[in-house]
Amino acid sequence: MPSLKSLRSRINSVKSTRKITQAMKMVAAAKLRRAQSQAEAARPYAERMERMLASLGASVASSPDAPRMLVGTGADNVHLLVVVTADRGLAGPFNTNVGRFARARIRALEGEGKTVKILTVGRKGAAYLKREFASRFIGEITLAGKKRLEFADAQDVAHRITAMLEAGEFDVCSLLYNRFRNVITQVPTEQRLIPAPLPEGEATADAGGALYEYEPTEEEILAQLLPQNLAIQIYRALLESAAGEQGSRMTAMDNATRNAGEMINKLTLNYNRTRQANITKELIEIISGAEAV
Amino acid sequence: MANFQLELVSPEKLLLSREVEMAIIPAAEGEMGVLAGHAPMIVALRGGIIRVRENGQETERLFVAGGFAEITPTRVTVLADEATPVAELSRTEAERRIGEAEAAYAAAASDTPEHRDAAMARLLSMRAMRDAAQAA
Repeated sequence: MPSLKSLRSRINSVKSTRKITQAMKMVAAAKLRRAQSQAEAARPYAERMERMLASLGASVASSPDAPRMLVGTGADNVHLLVVVTADRGLAGPFNTNVGRFARARIRALEGEGKTVKILTVGRKGAAYLKREFASRFIGEITLAGKKRLEFADAQDVAHRITAMLEAGEFDVCSLLYNRFRNVITQVPTEQRLIPAPLPEGEATADAGGALYEYEPTEEEILAQLLPQNLAIQIYRALLESAAGEQGSRMTAMDNATRNAGEMINKLTLNYNRTRQANITKELIEIISGAEAV
Repeated sequence: MANFQLELVSPEKLLLSREVEMAIIPAAEGEMGVLAGHAPMIVALRGGIIRVRENGQETERLFVAGGFAEITPTRVTVLADEATPVAELSRTEAERRIGEAEAAYAAAASDTPEHRDAAMARLLSMRAMRDAAQAA
Protein backbone atom coordinates (compact mmCIF):
# COMPACT_ATOMS: atom_id res chain seq x y z
CA MET A 1 0.00 0.00 0.00
CA PRO A 2 1.36 3.45 -0.87
CA SER A 3 2.44 5.54 2.06
CA LEU A 4 0.49 8.57 3.16
CA LYS A 5 3.29 10.86 2.14
CA SER A 6 3.52 9.56 -1.40
CA LEU A 7 -0.25 9.83 -1.79
CA ARG A 8 -0.16 13.41 -0.58
CA SER A 9 2.49 14.38 -3.08
CA ARG A 10 0.62 12.69 -5.92
CA ILE A 11 -2.56 14.56 -5.05
CA ASN A 12 -0.60 17.80 -5.09
CA SER A 13 0.98 17.08 -8.43
CA VAL A 14 -2.35 16.20 -10.05
CA LYS A 15 -3.82 19.37 -8.58
CA SER A 16 -1.18 21.53 -10.22
CA THR A 17 -1.68 19.69 -13.51
CA ARG A 18 -5.35 20.52 -13.27
CA LYS A 19 -4.54 24.16 -12.71
CA ILE A 20 -2.42 24.23 -15.84
CA THR A 21 -4.95 22.47 -18.05
CA GLN A 22 -7.66 24.74 -16.78
CA ALA A 23 -5.63 27.82 -17.58
CA MET A 24 -4.84 26.46 -21.04
CA LYS A 25 -8.51 25.87 -21.64
CA MET A 26 -9.35 29.45 -20.75
CA VAL A 27 -6.61 30.81 -22.99
CA ALA A 28 -7.74 28.59 -25.86
CA ALA A 29 -11.33 29.77 -25.42
CA ALA A 30 -10.28 33.41 -25.63
CA LYS A 31 -8.09 32.75 -28.66
CA LEU A 32 -10.83 30.74 -30.29
CA ARG A 33 -13.20 33.67 -30.13
CA ARG A 34 -10.62 35.91 -31.73
CA ALA A 35 -9.79 33.38 -34.44
CA GLN A 36 -13.44 32.84 -35.22
CA SER A 37 -14.18 36.52 -35.62
CA GLN A 38 -11.13 36.86 -37.84
CA ALA A 39 -12.31 33.98 -39.99
CA GLU A 40 -15.71 35.59 -40.25
CA ALA A 41 -14.21 38.93 -41.23
CA ALA A 42 -12.38 37.30 -44.12
CA ARG A 43 -15.49 35.67 -45.50
CA PRO A 44 -17.04 38.61 -47.44
CA TYR A 45 -13.87 39.13 -49.46
CA ALA A 46 -13.59 35.47 -50.36
CA GLU A 47 -17.23 35.32 -51.40
CA ARG A 48 -16.99 38.32 -53.66
CA MET A 49 -13.74 37.09 -55.11
CA GLU A 50 -15.43 33.84 -55.97
CA ARG A 51 -18.28 35.63 -57.70
CA MET A 52 -15.94 37.75 -59.76
CA LEU A 53 -13.82 34.77 -60.68
CA ALA A 54 -16.87 32.81 -61.75
CA SER A 55 -17.89 35.42 -64.26
CA LEU A 56 -14.34 35.91 -65.53
CA GLY A 57 -13.02 32.39 -65.51
CA ALA A 58 -15.85 30.87 -67.50
CA SER A 59 -15.16 33.09 -70.47
CA VAL A 60 -11.37 32.64 -70.45
CA ALA A 61 -10.99 28.99 -69.49
CA SER A 62 -11.94 27.75 -72.92
CA SER A 63 -9.37 29.84 -74.78
CA PRO A 64 -6.12 28.03 -75.68
CA ASP A 65 -3.77 30.50 -73.97
CA ALA A 66 -5.59 30.51 -70.64
CA PRO A 67 -3.25 31.08 -67.70
CA ARG A 68 -1.71 28.00 -66.12
CA MET A 69 -2.99 28.87 -62.72
CA LEU A 70 -6.52 28.45 -63.99
CA VAL A 71 -6.25 25.40 -66.20
CA GLY A 72 -3.08 23.74 -64.90
CA THR A 73 -0.29 22.37 -67.03
CA GLY A 74 -2.50 19.80 -68.67
CA ALA A 75 -0.53 16.98 -67.06
CA ASP A 76 -1.32 15.17 -63.83
CA ASN A 77 2.02 13.68 -62.81
CA VAL A 78 3.52 15.82 -60.08
CA HIS A 79 1.34 16.69 -57.12
CA LEU A 80 2.23 19.39 -54.64
CA LEU A 81 0.52 18.95 -51.29
CA VAL A 82 0.43 21.88 -48.93
CA VAL A 83 -0.24 20.51 -45.46
CA VAL A 84 -1.48 22.99 -42.88
CA THR A 85 -1.12 22.09 -39.20
CA ALA A 86 -0.57 23.92 -35.94
CA ASP A 87 2.79 24.97 -34.55
CA ARG A 88 2.00 23.70 -31.09
CA GLY A 89 0.86 20.42 -29.70
CA LEU A 90 -1.45 19.64 -26.80
CA ALA A 91 -4.44 20.16 -29.01
CA GLY A 92 -5.97 16.71 -28.88
CA PRO A 93 -6.08 14.83 -32.16
CA PHE A 94 -5.88 18.03 -34.22
CA ASN A 95 -2.42 17.60 -35.74
CA THR A 96 -2.47 13.83 -35.96
CA ASN A 97 -5.72 13.93 -37.90
CA VAL A 98 -4.30 16.08 -40.68
CA GLY A 99 -1.09 14.10 -40.58
CA ARG A 100 -2.86 10.81 -40.98
CA PHE A 101 -5.07 12.22 -43.71
CA ALA A 102 -2.02 13.54 -45.57
CA ARG A 103 -0.23 10.23 -45.22
CA ALA A 104 -3.15 8.31 -46.68
CA ARG A 105 -3.33 10.79 -49.54
CA ILE A 106 0.39 10.57 -50.29
CA ARG A 107 0.28 6.78 -50.27
CA ALA A 108 -2.73 6.77 -52.59
CA LEU A 109 -1.08 9.18 -55.04
CA GLU A 110 2.18 7.28 -55.05
CA GLY A 111 0.27 4.07 -55.52
CA GLU A 112 -1.06 5.55 -58.75
CA GLY A 113 2.50 6.25 -59.81
CA LYS A 114 2.45 10.02 -59.31
CA THR A 115 5.27 12.05 -57.87
CA VAL A 116 4.43 13.84 -54.63
CA LYS A 117 6.03 16.96 -53.23
CA ILE A 118 5.25 18.24 -49.78
CA LEU A 119 5.19 21.76 -48.41
CA THR A 120 4.15 22.08 -44.79
CA VAL A 121 2.82 25.06 -42.94
CA GLY A 122 3.20 24.62 -39.19
CA ARG A 123 5.84 22.71 -37.26
CA LYS A 124 3.77 19.77 -36.11
CA GLY A 125 2.86 18.55 -39.56
CA ALA A 126 6.48 18.78 -40.64
CA ALA A 127 7.59 16.68 -37.70
CA TYR A 128 4.89 14.11 -38.31
CA LEU A 129 5.44 13.65 -42.04
CA LYS A 130 9.22 13.91 -42.03
CA ARG A 131 9.64 10.56 -40.38
CA GLU A 132 8.23 8.79 -43.38
CA PHE A 133 8.38 11.14 -46.34
CA ALA A 134 11.51 13.21 -45.76
CA SER A 135 12.66 12.77 -49.36
CA ARG A 136 9.47 14.40 -50.72
CA PHE A 137 9.88 17.55 -48.67
CA ILE A 138 10.50 20.71 -50.61
CA GLY A 139 10.00 23.15 -47.79
CA GLU A 140 8.39 23.98 -44.53
CA ILE A 141 6.93 27.22 -43.35
CA THR A 142 6.29 28.05 -39.75
CA LEU A 143 4.18 30.83 -38.38
CA ALA A 144 5.19 30.23 -34.78
CA GLY A 145 5.46 33.30 -32.62
CA LYS A 146 2.90 35.27 -34.61
CA LYS A 147 0.25 36.87 -32.49
CA ARG A 148 -2.16 37.33 -35.32
CA LEU A 149 -2.38 35.78 -38.74
CA GLU A 150 -2.11 38.39 -41.43
CA PHE A 151 -3.04 38.28 -45.04
CA ALA A 152 0.62 38.91 -45.87
CA ASP A 153 1.50 35.52 -44.32
CA ALA A 154 -0.85 33.79 -46.71
CA GLN A 155 0.57 35.84 -49.57
CA ASP A 156 4.06 34.59 -48.77
CA VAL A 157 2.86 31.00 -49.08
CA ALA A 158 1.04 31.86 -52.31
CA HIS A 159 4.16 33.50 -53.76
CA ARG A 160 6.14 30.36 -53.14
CA ILE A 161 3.56 28.24 -54.90
CA THR A 162 3.34 30.66 -57.81
CA ALA A 163 7.11 30.67 -58.25
CA MET A 164 7.13 26.88 -58.33
CA LEU A 165 4.31 26.83 -60.82
CA GLU A 166 6.18 29.20 -63.11
CA ALA A 167 9.24 26.99 -62.87
CA GLY A 168 7.04 24.04 -63.85
CA GLU A 169 7.81 22.06 -60.72
CA PHE A 170 4.35 20.57 -60.31
CA ASP A 171 1.12 19.98 -62.19
CA VAL A 172 -1.53 19.90 -59.51
CA CYS A 173 -1.54 21.67 -56.17
CA SER A 174 -3.83 20.83 -53.26
CA LEU A 175 -4.21 22.16 -49.78
CA LEU A 176 -4.75 19.76 -46.87
CA TYR A 177 -6.06 21.33 -43.70
CA ASN A 178 -8.51 20.97 -40.86
CA ARG A 179 -11.78 22.58 -41.80
CA PHE A 180 -13.54 24.14 -38.87
CA ARG A 181 -17.03 22.72 -38.60
CA ASN A 182 -17.66 23.64 -35.00
CA VAL A 183 -15.73 23.87 -31.77
CA ILE A 184 -15.69 20.11 -31.25
CA THR A 185 -15.45 18.90 -34.83
CA GLN A 186 -12.68 19.66 -37.29
CA VAL A 187 -12.69 17.80 -40.56
CA PRO A 188 -9.45 17.12 -42.44
CA THR A 189 -10.17 18.38 -45.93
CA GLU A 190 -8.46 18.47 -49.28
CA GLN A 191 -8.94 21.50 -51.42
CA ARG A 192 -7.57 21.84 -54.93
CA LEU A 193 -5.79 25.12 -55.63
CA ILE A 194 -4.26 24.63 -59.07
CA PRO A 195 -5.86 24.17 -61.53
CA ALA A 196 -8.37 26.52 -59.92
CA PRO A 197 -11.75 24.89 -59.47
CA LEU A 198 -14.23 27.25 -61.05
CA PRO A 199 -17.26 27.97 -58.93
CA GLU A 200 -20.50 27.37 -60.77
CA GLY A 201 -21.50 30.97 -61.26
CA GLU A 202 -24.74 32.66 -62.05
CA ALA A 203 -22.93 35.95 -61.64
CA THR A 204 -24.08 37.25 -64.97
CA ALA A 205 -27.70 36.98 -63.94
CA ASP A 206 -26.99 39.60 -61.36
CA ALA A 207 -25.62 42.01 -63.95
CA GLY A 208 -28.97 41.94 -65.70
CA GLY A 209 -27.83 39.27 -68.13
CA ALA A 210 -25.41 41.72 -69.68
CA LEU A 211 -21.77 40.81 -70.09
CA TYR A 212 -19.11 42.66 -68.21
CA GLU A 213 -16.73 45.09 -69.78
CA TYR A 214 -13.15 44.77 -68.66
CA GLU A 215 -10.57 47.40 -68.02
CA PRO A 216 -7.72 46.89 -68.86
CA THR A 217 -8.24 43.51 -70.60
CA GLU A 218 -9.79 40.28 -69.42
CA GLU A 219 -6.41 38.53 -69.46
CA GLU A 220 -4.65 41.22 -67.47
CA ILE A 221 -7.30 41.27 -64.80
CA LEU A 222 -7.28 37.52 -64.60
CA ALA A 223 -3.51 37.50 -64.30
CA GLN A 224 -3.85 39.65 -61.19
CA LEU A 225 -6.98 38.05 -59.87
CA LEU A 226 -5.72 34.47 -59.87
CA PRO A 227 -2.70 34.94 -57.56
CA GLN A 228 -4.90 37.01 -55.29
CA ASN A 229 -7.46 34.23 -55.28
CA LEU A 230 -4.77 31.70 -54.45
CA ALA A 231 -3.66 33.84 -51.52
CA ILE A 232 -7.18 34.28 -50.24
CA GLN A 233 -7.88 30.55 -50.40
CA ILE A 234 -4.75 29.90 -48.38
CA TYR A 235 -5.59 32.69 -45.97
CA ARG A 236 -8.99 31.17 -45.43
CA ALA A 237 -7.52 27.74 -44.78
CA LEU A 238 -4.97 29.17 -42.36
CA LEU A 239 -7.68 30.98 -40.45
CA GLU A 240 -9.90 27.93 -40.31
CA SER A 241 -7.02 25.82 -39.18
CA ALA A 242 -6.11 28.37 -36.49
CA ALA A 243 -9.69 28.44 -35.21
CA GLY A 244 -9.83 24.65 -35.30
CA GLU A 245 -6.59 24.36 -33.37
CA GLN A 246 -7.93 26.50 -30.55
CA GLY A 247 -11.24 24.67 -30.57
CA SER A 248 -9.53 21.31 -30.44
CA ARG A 249 -7.21 22.46 -27.68
CA MET A 250 -10.11 23.78 -25.69
CA THR A 251 -11.92 20.45 -25.87
CA ALA A 252 -8.78 18.48 -25.09
CA MET A 253 -7.96 20.64 -22.08
CA ASP A 254 -11.53 20.48 -20.85
CA ASN A 255 -11.30 16.70 -20.87
CA ALA A 256 -7.92 16.79 -19.19
CA THR A 257 -9.25 19.05 -16.46
CA ARG A 258 -12.18 16.72 -15.88
CA ASN A 259 -9.94 13.65 -15.77
CA ALA A 260 -7.61 15.37 -13.32
CA GLY A 261 -10.60 16.14 -11.10
CA GLU A 262 -11.67 12.48 -11.11
CA MET A 263 -8.15 11.39 -10.35
CA ILE A 264 -7.96 13.76 -7.40
CA ASN A 265 -11.23 12.40 -6.01
CA LYS A 266 -9.97 8.85 -6.29
CA LEU A 267 -6.64 9.64 -4.72
CA THR A 268 -8.24 11.58 -1.89
CA LEU A 269 -10.53 8.66 -1.14
CA ASN A 270 -7.58 6.35 -1.14
CA TYR A 271 -5.65 8.72 1.10
CA ASN A 272 -8.45 8.94 3.67
CA ARG A 273 -8.93 5.19 3.69
CA THR A 274 -5.25 4.63 4.30
CA ARG A 275 -5.24 7.21 7.05
CA GLN A 276 -8.20 5.56 8.77
CA ALA A 277 -6.66 2.13 8.40
CA ASN A 278 -3.52 3.43 10.06
CA ILE A 279 -5.47 4.89 12.98
CA THR A 280 -7.47 1.70 13.41
CA LYS A 281 -4.31 -0.34 13.34
CA GLU A 282 -2.73 1.82 16.02
CA LEU A 283 -5.85 1.61 18.19
CA ILE A 284 -5.89 -2.17 17.92
CA GLU A 285 -2.25 -2.26 18.90
CA ILE A 286 -2.90 -0.08 21.97
CA ILE A 287 -5.97 -2.06 23.07
CA SER A 288 -4.40 -5.45 22.59
CA GLY A 289 -1.33 -4.19 24.42
CA ALA A 290 -3.49 -3.03 27.38
CA GLU A 291 -5.34 -6.35 27.47
CA ALA A 292 -2.13 -8.28 27.65
CA VAL A 293 -1.06 -6.43 30.79
CA MET B 1 -31.11 60.88 -57.29
CA ALA B 2 -30.87 57.13 -57.38
CA ASN B 3 -28.48 55.43 -55.03
CA PHE B 4 -26.59 52.17 -55.34
CA GLN B 5 -25.00 49.73 -52.94
CA LEU B 6 -21.28 50.24 -52.37
CA GLU B 7 -19.24 47.54 -50.71
CA LEU B 8 -15.60 47.86 -49.85
CA VAL B 9 -13.89 44.71 -48.61
CA SER B 10 -10.30 43.88 -47.80
CA PRO B 11 -9.13 40.34 -47.02
CA GLU B 12 -9.12 41.21 -43.35
CA LYS B 13 -12.53 42.84 -43.06
CA LEU B 14 -15.60 44.42 -44.58
CA LEU B 15 -14.99 48.15 -44.40
CA LEU B 16 -18.04 49.67 -45.96
CA SER B 17 -21.41 48.46 -47.09
CA ARG B 18 -24.12 51.01 -47.68
CA GLU B 19 -26.18 52.97 -50.16
CA VAL B 20 -24.31 55.83 -51.74
CA GLU B 21 -24.93 58.31 -54.52
CA MET B 22 -21.58 58.26 -56.26
CA ALA B 23 -18.20 56.66 -55.87
CA ILE B 24 -14.96 57.78 -57.48
CA ILE B 25 -12.66 54.84 -58.01
CA PRO B 26 -8.95 54.92 -58.90
CA ALA B 27 -9.08 52.48 -61.81
CA ALA B 28 -5.88 51.30 -63.44
CA GLU B 29 -6.47 53.50 -66.48
CA GLY B 30 -7.71 56.63 -64.73
CA GLU B 31 -10.21 57.76 -62.14
CA MET B 32 -13.76 56.59 -62.68
CA GLY B 33 -16.87 58.22 -61.30
CA VAL B 34 -19.61 55.64 -60.84
CA LEU B 35 -23.29 56.49 -60.51
CA ALA B 36 -26.27 54.18 -60.22
CA GLY B 37 -27.15 52.37 -63.42
CA HIS B 38 -23.57 52.05 -64.63
CA ALA B 39 -22.85 49.44 -67.28
CA PRO B 40 -21.47 46.19 -65.81
CA MET B 41 -17.70 46.28 -65.63
CA ILE B 42 -14.78 44.65 -63.91
CA VAL B 43 -11.81 46.94 -63.47
CA ALA B 44 -8.38 46.64 -61.92
CA LEU B 45 -7.43 49.34 -59.42
CA ARG B 46 -4.18 51.14 -58.76
CA GLY B 47 -3.15 52.70 -55.45
CA GLY B 48 -5.32 55.72 -54.77
CA ILE B 49 -8.26 57.16 -52.94
CA ILE B 50 -11.86 56.06 -53.19
CA ARG B 51 -14.17 59.01 -52.67
CA VAL B 52 -17.74 58.47 -51.65
CA ARG B 53 -20.45 61.06 -52.25
CA GLU B 54 -23.81 61.14 -50.55
CA ASN B 55 -26.39 63.94 -50.80
CA GLY B 56 -24.02 66.07 -52.82
CA GLN B 57 -21.34 65.90 -50.12
CA GLU B 58 -18.10 63.99 -50.10
CA THR B 59 -18.55 61.86 -46.99
CA GLU B 60 -15.79 59.32 -47.05
CA ARG B 61 -12.24 59.02 -48.33
CA LEU B 62 -10.46 55.69 -48.20
CA PHE B 63 -7.04 54.78 -49.46
CA VAL B 64 -6.73 51.48 -51.34
CA ALA B 65 -3.42 49.94 -52.35
CA GLY B 66 -4.75 48.22 -55.44
CA GLY B 67 -7.32 45.53 -56.11
CA PHE B 68 -10.41 45.11 -58.24
CA ALA B 69 -13.87 46.55 -58.56
CA GLU B 70 -16.96 44.87 -59.89
CA ILE B 71 -19.58 47.27 -61.14
CA THR B 72 -23.18 46.38 -61.92
CA PRO B 73 -26.13 48.76 -62.39
CA THR B 74 -27.22 48.34 -58.78
CA ARG B 75 -24.05 47.51 -56.93
CA VAL B 76 -20.33 48.26 -56.76
CA THR B 77 -18.02 45.84 -55.00
CA VAL B 78 -14.45 46.90 -54.38
CA LEU B 79 -12.00 44.16 -53.48
CA ALA B 80 -9.05 46.05 -52.07
CA ASP B 81 -5.69 44.46 -51.31
CA GLU B 82 -5.56 46.76 -48.37
CA ALA B 83 -7.76 49.69 -47.39
CA THR B 84 -7.48 52.44 -44.77
CA PRO B 85 -9.53 55.56 -44.14
CA VAL B 86 -7.42 58.51 -45.27
CA ALA B 87 -7.53 60.11 -41.81
CA GLU B 88 -5.76 57.08 -40.33
CA LEU B 89 -2.85 57.09 -42.76
CA SER B 90 0.53 57.96 -41.35
CA ARG B 91 3.20 59.68 -43.34
CA THR B 92 6.13 57.99 -41.62
CA GLU B 93 4.58 54.58 -42.18
CA ALA B 94 4.12 55.43 -45.86
CA GLU B 95 7.75 56.58 -46.14
CA ARG B 96 8.93 53.35 -44.60
CA ARG B 97 6.91 51.29 -47.05
CA ILE B 98 8.14 53.35 -49.98
CA GLY B 99 11.63 52.41 -48.86
CA GLU B 100 10.68 48.75 -48.82
CA ALA B 101 9.02 48.96 -52.22
CA GLU B 102 12.06 50.74 -53.69
CA ALA B 103 14.33 48.01 -52.37
CA ALA B 104 12.04 45.34 -53.82
CA TYR B 105 12.02 47.15 -57.16
CA ALA B 106 15.80 47.36 -57.19
CA ALA B 107 15.98 43.66 -56.35
CA ALA B 108 13.61 42.86 -59.20
CA ALA B 109 15.75 44.72 -61.75
CA SER B 110 17.12 41.54 -63.27
CA ASP B 111 13.88 39.62 -62.88
CA THR B 112 11.19 38.94 -65.49
CA PRO B 113 9.27 41.94 -66.86
CA GLU B 114 6.10 40.79 -65.04
CA HIS B 115 7.86 40.87 -61.69
CA ARG B 116 9.35 44.25 -62.47
CA ASP B 117 5.91 45.58 -63.35
CA ALA B 118 4.45 44.21 -60.15
CA ALA B 119 7.21 45.82 -58.09
CA MET B 120 6.74 49.10 -59.94
CA ALA B 121 3.00 49.03 -59.33
CA ARG B 122 3.67 48.43 -55.65
CA LEU B 123 6.07 51.36 -55.49
CA LEU B 124 3.62 53.67 -57.24
CA SER B 125 0.81 52.64 -54.94
CA MET B 126 2.99 53.33 -51.89
CA ARG B 127 3.84 56.77 -53.28
CA ALA B 128 0.13 57.40 -53.72
CA MET B 129 -0.28 56.43 -50.09
CA ARG B 130 2.29 59.02 -49.01
CA ASP B 131 0.62 61.71 -51.09
CA ALA B 132 -2.73 60.81 -49.60
CA ALA B 133 -1.26 60.95 -46.10
CA GLN B 134 0.29 64.31 -46.82
CA ALA B 135 -2.91 65.80 -48.16
CA ALA B 136 -4.95 64.58 -45.20
